[in-house]
Amino acid sequence: MIDNLLLLTQVPILGVDLVIQGLFIGAIFALVAYGLALVWGVMNVKNLAQGDMVILGGYISYQATLWGYHPIVALPVAIVVMFMLGWLIYAVIIRRVVDRDMFTSLLATFGLSLLIQQILNLIYGPEVKVADAGFGDFELGTFIVIQNVRLYSLLMAAALALAIVIFMKKSRMGQAIRATAQDARAARVLGIDTDQVYAFTYALNAAICGAAGVLVAMIWVIQPYYGIVYSIRAFIIVTAAGLGNLPGVILTGFGLGVWENVAGFVFGAEFAVAAVVLMLVAVLMYRLVQLYRVRQVVR
Amino acid sequence: MTSSASLDLKLYGVLIAVAVLVPLFAPNYIQTVAVMWLMILMAMTWDITGGQMGYNSLGNVVFFGIGMYASAIVQISQFSDVADYTASFGAIVVDFTPGQYFTGLGLGLAAGGIAAAIFALLIGPAMLGLRGPYFAIGTLGLAIAVAELVSGWEYVGGGGGISMPVYPGPPAAGPFTFYILLGLLTLAAHLFVRWLYSTQFGLAINAIRDDEDKAEAMGIHTNRYKTIAWAVAAFFMGVGGAIFGNMSGFIEPLEVAFPTTTFGIFMVAMALLGGKGTLWGPVLGAVLFHIVKQVTWTYLLGWQWVALGAIIIINIVYFQQGILGWAQDKWPEAFGLTVDRGGAARPAAGEAAE
Amino acid sequence: MTGETANVIEVRGVSKSYGGVQANTDISIDVPDGMITGLIGPNGSGKTTLFNSIVGYHPIDSGSIRFQGKEISKLRVPDIARLGMLRTFQQTRIYSKMNCMDNMQISVSHRDTSPFAIFALRDRGEIVEEAERLLEFVGLYEKRFLISGDLSFGQQKLLEFAMALMNRPKVLLLDEPTAGINPTLINGLIDRLKRANEELGVTLFVIEHNMRVIMNLAGKISCLAHGELLATGTPDELQNDPRVVDAYLGAH
Repeated sequence: MIDNLLLLTQVPILGVDLVIQGLFIGAIFALVAYGLALVWGVMNVKNLAQGDMVILGGYISYQATLWGYHPIVALPVAIVVMFMLGWLIYAVIIRRVVDRDMFTSLLATFGLSLLIQQILNLIYGPEVKVADAGFGDFELGTFIVIQNVRLYSLLMAAALALAIVIFMKKSRMGQAIRATAQDARAARVLGIDTDQVYAFTYALNAAICGAAGVLVAMIWVIQPYYGIVYSIRAFIIVTAAGLGNLPGVILTGFGLGVWENVAGFVFGAEFAVAAVVLMLVAVLMYRLVQLYRVRQVVR
Repeated sequence: MTSSASLDLKLYGVLIAVAVLVPLFAPNYIQTVAVMWLMILMAMTWDITGGQMGYNSLGNVVFFGIGMYASAIVQISQFSDVADYTASFGAIVVDFTPGQYFTGLGLGLAAGGIAAAIFALLIGPAMLGLRGPYFAIGTLGLAIAVAELVSGWEYVGGGGGISMPVYPGPPAAGPFTFYILLGLLTLAAHLFVRWLYSTQFGLAINAIRDDEDKAEAMGIHTNRYKTIAWAVAAFFMGVGGAIFGNMSGFIEPLEVAFPTTTFGIFMVAMALLGGKGTLWGPVLGAVLFHIVKQVTWTYLLGWQWVALGAIIIINIVYFQQGILGWAQDKWPEAFGLTVDRGGAARPAAGEAAE
Repeated sequence: MTGETANVIEVRGVSKSYGGVQANTDISIDVPDGMITGLIGPNGSGKTTLFNSIVGYHPIDSGSIRFQGKEISKLRVPDIARLGMLRTFQQTRIYSKMNCMDNMQISVSHRDTSPFAIFALRDRGEIVEEAERLLEFVGLYEKRFLISGDLSFGQQKLLEFAMALMNRPKVLLLDEPTAGINPTLINGLIDRLKRANEELGVTLFVIEHNMRVIMNLAGKISCLAHGELLATGTPDELQNDPRVVDAYLGAH
């Protein structure tokens, strides 16, 4: 660990590389977190199956490569398929837990997460898989090598985010979603079919996850049990940035990507996941301290 | 009180009868029933904070793993340097005399319980400040974090795991010993919890469940009781983990010691299935869940995990009040509850104050 | 520590603002020991904010709050409760899944007890007797084994009051005790508040909207308006104070 830190001080350009690579991953984290914040904010469901939906999207693009297509072809397919699947999951499970206490929705989506993991494990087996895009890479200076696929992913993530934002602002459904998020009862009184809105929101989130999953499968590897870490990343970002704070989500997403990359380098790859999860605990504790400032401030 | 006390006695009698009859008439099932004792223990200790106190942990399995590793370290350090032992990848094997083995085992079980309880006392004040879903997610994160840290900790063998000391004596005696130990631990835990719920402490954690802000406003030492309740659960989980580690013979972090997505979620599902916040609900839930699990294991080759995931979802979504909760609603008098039949039934005021 | 006409609570120059809104400005109020003191004022005048400052829900911006001569403005809710100052809530709060007796039993005082006292068995004689006596006092004895969440709103309010008395507090802060209560029951409630004050020696500090109630109940009343202390005096003095009348009629 000390060696790695020393290396960073001796070759600062390496640090720049770590940060840039971190920003690329962070964009995808931010996308997934935005979907979580959407479902959380609109229907007050904390979706612990978020990461597993990402991995599911990844397997869709992997399946595309098995059939001989380029994985990028899977992007629109994943969006459509995941949207429909999201709607189905809503109709069967989520609809029944929306109005219940929060632990119920948390636990139900945790059960869903197990279900997705196990089904993927049965179909594809526990080995790691990759959907190779074969885009090559380009060099920035002598040290920094950026894979083209990462650059394209960043652009696609940005385009998706932009499309969603415009959709939320301009379309009737987007407005209905925002109205429901503010006050579901008032929205109902005004004639908005909140059940429909919830279904659409959950399906939209699944589609976002699916798209993110395609990008993940092209950049790294996927495996049936990798989902939970994506869920935790999304929770970290949303908890730290707060709901309905899109710039905050994007910034925190980038920050988390950089942290993960740097921590993975400094502490060693075997502690990379621990670094992410400990960040969750740290963010929760920070939030707690903020709440606890009540009455303890000695002025 | 008296009627429920005699009912308790009968139920203890049934459990003890099962415990005695299985080794006599169905010795092949000893391992399975031993795991069932463990499942009961898990559901019951989860319910101390989950059902009785309203703090739904998704990471109580962390205490199980800590107890397991603490006992491993203590037992192995009886005869070898732990780092040398793990570095040798099983090349170091010691033949114990029973005396040496059982001394080590006893120390290991004690260490497992104490280490887990101390861990709970240390992190409790911070983690238990989190409320609702944040506590659930925080504890889940904690369990995963500890599992990952142990995976990277070479001293205890990292992700490769450790072999536990080998049981001295005939091969059949080992499982029988651990069967007895787990049964006794579960019985002791149930008696302890039953006593605990009959004290003012039981009322205090119920009060925290119903309205924690009110409990604070009434001067109840909420932080103290929350931490103690969690530490009690941790202690029994730690001892349970220590026994289970020895029973398995080989431990490793992700699948055996900190199985967040199996035992970690099972304990919650079992408590909910039987009826959380009741004395016997988690026991009933664990027994039923274990039977269903064994049946699916036998008949649904390959698909058992999918079936189990589906069962958990159905349980949570459609039948959350659990078996005893449902029975309590249907026949309240049988549970010593008084219901004002003529009174204006109105939704509980506390539900609005989420 | 305390003289004959000691003030059990002394609020001095307390200010509190929430994100730009000045909820309390430089308020000073004394609550004399053993009496019933009232706090009135139009909606949004800062009464509940002042209560919350006193019992420790949030830090105050400036000023001092003393309880029996001890500075408490930096203590937190449970610590203050254990000193012997309790409050009830405007939105009544009870432990809704427990029956009334259990609600009462867990409301015993938590001050001066050893950490191990909590492990004493419940349903002990003297506690049960006390709980039954107080439930009788508020008229809920018949319903003592009902789940408290099934009681009517008014009954829940009475239960909350009985729970507070179970704690044997020195001072009890009541936030609108008659709000939402059937008007025919209000006289009975006033009577019980007075008896709690006289027979049990509990000092009461009461927020109340209902002028008839507070005039009947309190020996001394303070009136807030727009977060500032408008007037303090006997019920008669306040009733004839044009500023108070203006504040209520909205001429301010």
